[in-house]
Amino acid sequence: MIPGTFDYHRPDSVEAAVALLAEHGDEARAIAGGHSLIPMMKLRMAEVQHLVDLQGITDLKGIKVDGGTVTIGAMATQHELIASEALAQAAPIIREAALQIADPQVRYVGTIGGNVANGDPGNDMPGLMQCLDATYVLVGPEGKRDVQARDFYEAAYFTARSDDELLVSIRFTAPKGGYAYEKQKRKIGDYATAAAAVLIAKDGGTCSSASIAMTNLSDTPVWCEAAAEALVGTSLDKAAVDAAVAAMTGAIDPQEDNRGPVDFKKHVAGVVLRRAIERAASRA
Amino acid sequence: MNEMTPPKTERAEALKGLGSSRKRVEDARFTQGKGNYVDDLKLPGMLFGDFVRSPYAHARVKSINADKAKALPGVVAVLTAADLAPLNLHWMPTLAGDKQMVLADGKVLFQGQEVAFVVAEDRYIAADAVELVEVEYEELPVVVDPFKAQADDAPVLREDLEGKMEGAHGARRHHNHIFTWEQGDKDATESVLGSADVVAEEMIYYHRTHPCPLETCGCVASMDKVNGKLTVHGTFQAPHAVRTVASLISGIAEHNIRIISPDIGGGFGNKVGVYPGYICSIVASIVTGVPVKWIEDRMENLMATAFARDYWMQGKISATKDGKITGLWCHTTADHGAFDACADPSKFPAGFMNICTGSYDIPTAYLAVDGVYTNKAPGGVAYRCSFRVTEAAYFIERMIEVLAIKLGMDAAELRAKNFIRKDQFPYQSALGWEYDSGDYHTAWEKALKAVDYDGLRKEQAERVEAFKRGETRKLLGIGLTHFTEIVGAGPVKNCDILGLGMFDSCEIRIHPTGSAIARLGTISQGQGHATTFAQILASEIGLPADDITIEEGDTDTAPYGLGTYGSRSTPVAGAATAMAGRKIRAKAQMIAAYLLEVHDDDVEWDVDRFVVKGAPERFKTMKEIAFASYNQAIPGVEPGLEAVSYYDPPNMTYPFGAYICVMEIDADTGEHEIRQFYALDDCGTRINPMIIEGQVHGGATEGYAIAMGQEIAYDDMGNVKTGTLMDFFLPTAWETPHYTTDHTVTPSPHHPIGAKGVGESPNVGSVPAFSNAVHDAFRAFGLVQSHMPHDQWRIWTVARDLGLHG
Repeated sequence: MIPGTFDYHRPDSVEAAVALLAEHGDEARAIAGGHSLIPMMKLRMAEVQHLVDLQGITDLKGIKVDGGTVTIGAMATQHELIASEALAQAAPIIREAALQIADPQVRYVGTIGGNVANGDPGNDMPGLMQCLDATYVLVGPEGKRDVQARDFYEAAYFTARSDDELLVSIRFTAPKGGYAYEKQKRKIGDYATAAAAVLIAKDGGTCSSASIAMTNLSDTPVWCEAAAEALVGTSLDKAAVDAAVAAMTGAIDPQEDNRGPVDFKKHVAGVVLRRAIERAASRA
Repeated sequence: MNEMTPPKTERAEALKGLGSSRKRVEDARFTQGKGNYVDDLKLPGMLFGDFVRSPYAHARVKSINADKAKALPGVVAVLTAADLAPLNLHWMPTLAGDKQMVLADGKVLFQGQEVAFVVAEDRYIAADAVELVEVEYEELPVVVDPFKAQADDAPVLREDLEGKMEGAHGARRHHNHIFTWEQGDKDATESVLGSADVVAEEMIYYHRTHPCPLETCGCVASMDKVNGKLTVHGTFQAPHAVRTVASLISGIAEHNIRIISPDIGGGFGNKVGVYPGYICSIVASIVTGVPVKWIEDRMENLMATAFARDYWMQGKISATKDGKITGLWCHTTADHGAFDACADPSKFPAGFMNICTGSYDIPTAYLAVDGVYTNKAPGGVAYRCSFRVTEAAYFIERMIEVLAIKLGMDAAELRAKNFIRKDQFPYQSALGWEYDSGDYHTAWEKALKAVDYDGLRKEQAERVEAFKRGETRKLLGIGLTHFTEIVGAGPVKNCDILGLGMFDSCEIRIHPTGSAIARLGTISQGQGHATTFAQILASEIGLPADDITIEEGDTDTAPYGLGTYGSRSTPVAGAATAMAGRKIRAKAQMIAAYLLEVHDDDVEWDVDRFVVKGAPERFKTMKEIAFASYNQAIPGVEPGLEAVSYYDPPNMTYPFGAYICVMEIDADTGEHEIRQFYALDDCGTRINPMIIEGQVHGGATEGYAIAMGQEIAYDDMGNVKTGTLMDFFLPTAWETPHYTTDHTVTPSPHHPIGAKGVGESPNVGSVPAFSNAVHDAFRAFGLVQSHMPHDQWRIWTVARDLGLHG
């Protein structure tokens, strides 16, 4: 559990960080909180020659709520997401989800940027960001570009970000209506066996809009438009929820691991989605 | 003067002796980060060792090329079996009479096996060099299933044993068979089963797990070539035994070996055995002439050092129609991994598995255990239990439940009907033990009343109905256990390890000013010996526990003893402590009598002093006596006040307890919640109630982990699937249940202070309590047996297979 030799860089600006990434190409890796990368390095599964630490870049910090738009710096920690009252007002689902990530010690260091950019299917924030239809802001040698969270994830650890780009912030429109983040895990600190992020808005007794995304049930997060559509226009009755669950179950592709076999995961995915829909609806 | 003497109770309280919830004297340093663990040790010029380990579970080692590693600046040496062979150290004896490779000799037999030992100037260079050692393997067929291992065409794992059909424990009947161990009367048992009203039969599996102490194993070996003395600091639960074994293996005279166990961060059996890391560090230090440190990481600890359990226990239990048990039969297939490195007393290859008749008066019983080799890590240690007692307790407590189902009887009632009665002690069990004392019915009734057992059953019945009506998806399980432990190994007449009798020892020196130091042959790994042994002494010799230093773990200073495991410290070393204290007191009596100018028999003991009988105003306190022993010339009495006792216990002790777990289970997700956990322990005389409570909390939490998720799992290729704490379940404060502790007190009749030991009871007792709660939740739906660990997917699978998912 001792990593190989590497050079450590601590740039103080996004430009400097991007320059380092450009200079060292695939020998360089940006490190945010490090909770995924450091264990991989210690196991020598990740061979990193140049480690670019983002902790010194103050521009990457901060949470801003401006009217209906929320902007979160990539280096905002999970703890800061939980602590922010403005964010809790604008998008309470983030606090609900972040409280289910790891433990307080990890959350003091773990960042939202690292969580979404790493492309680990076990991370909670990617699915949640897809549910919120968030936009990721990437900066590279060619400048700035936006990528939708729903377009970002290609496969496990493969994303739309190129090696010389840095994910600097996340932006989304504050959701309306009810919300829920439901996660089943084996213990504190574990990744999800299955997790569901659900947003539901209602107009009278009828569901007017919905968004559903699932975590750790495929090699990418699964934003399931068909499941959401199954709810829209209904009273969220049993038939509608059954249809949403069926659509979701068809969209996921869980693999057997120590958390359990495929059938179990599919079943649990259905259970957590039902519970999330019920809770979101009750808050809508 | 009389009016100056405080009352007895006040003086006794000031001693903080037996029964005092004295705060742990160790905690000041531990809670301030001032403990001194082996990895804290830094010696001048110290080198670091690290292992090249096998990625395969079974493979031939074709070649090892260390040239690139040796060329790395800072690398001092790379040891392989070829380097150890001339010293005859490429293999080493195990505690179980087998032998084990120190470094791979021609082949590897489990994933993570030690292949080469890299020695470098720092641990970072050592880790880099490990990557550079090139090993060429040829994969061989892997056997991880102990039943398939016994097939005629199963691959030969131990080629070194080919053709040797006689093992350390009798005949071997197959190339992967280690031993058969039989206890009890086979014919009589089969006859009872054959004619019984009711027979219940079930396979009870206690899965492979691991003690996983927070501190992993490690050592610093330091050979002083000038004086020829080898000092080894390490995580040793039995330092004296390590010294003797090291001397026998290495040929270094025993007086030239000094073993030091510093503070140990938990052992739980994991640190009883001798590991290749110790041998390689010693050899490397001898070769280089400087100290060599080896500290394993978490993955190495989980993959390669001693596992626990892995017993497949086929059971049959018979009873009359009204539930009186008549016979018990058990055949166990014991998966020992690649080498038989179990840490059991030598004459007990399956430990004390023959305590499997438990708390019950079972007139006829038979046990057979077959040990088998597989491509898994060696071990088979007593993970916070006396040797294989957890397996035995789990087996009988599951079989009782299975029988209750067969009889259609309440499991609490079935237990009460079959308990050994108070008047039957000392009780001779059908499998050969003499239980010292017990009062099971009293404990059981107290436990059932404490949890309102009848009320719980009523609630459970209502819950089942509500579940059937679709009003809830949660089931309620009530897990019952009444366990009997067998600890305190043990009488030298039948308990030894590698020929070393399992007595223990205490040596006491009283200082002139009336304080003291006591040294013991045991070693604390968190049990709080420095606190509790001082309490035993305080009550025996009348000096305050606060004025008594307890020291353990340095073989140059401590008297010989067999160490700490199997809950043996209090039953054996604790007894030695009391006996040594009594020798001190006997001498003190002579000194007091001399000082008071009366006959020895004319003074009597009074808490902290000797008083003249009938004249309480005339007395000498122990402090005064201590001083007198150093400055008075007393005819016929040697100066000083010291004593030593080597205690050979006349019998084991038999702590027991009644545990009840109330568990909510979500049939849809397999999640659970422990609503209540009640633990009544009877460990005889209670030395420090606070420490007992802490022991129960810790042991029950380990038991919770084992029952509900903790395992060392292998895939078919012999890859360890649970090699990190992400997958190996170690509960945090969040998962840990709340415990209610309780007690009864049935002293051991043969122990000097009546104490029985408690450290391991909660692990032994809680596992069946948790597991029985899971089973009980599904009893109404037809579940008889399912295997641990009861993690979410396994519970979900039970619910699905019972048709509970609609």
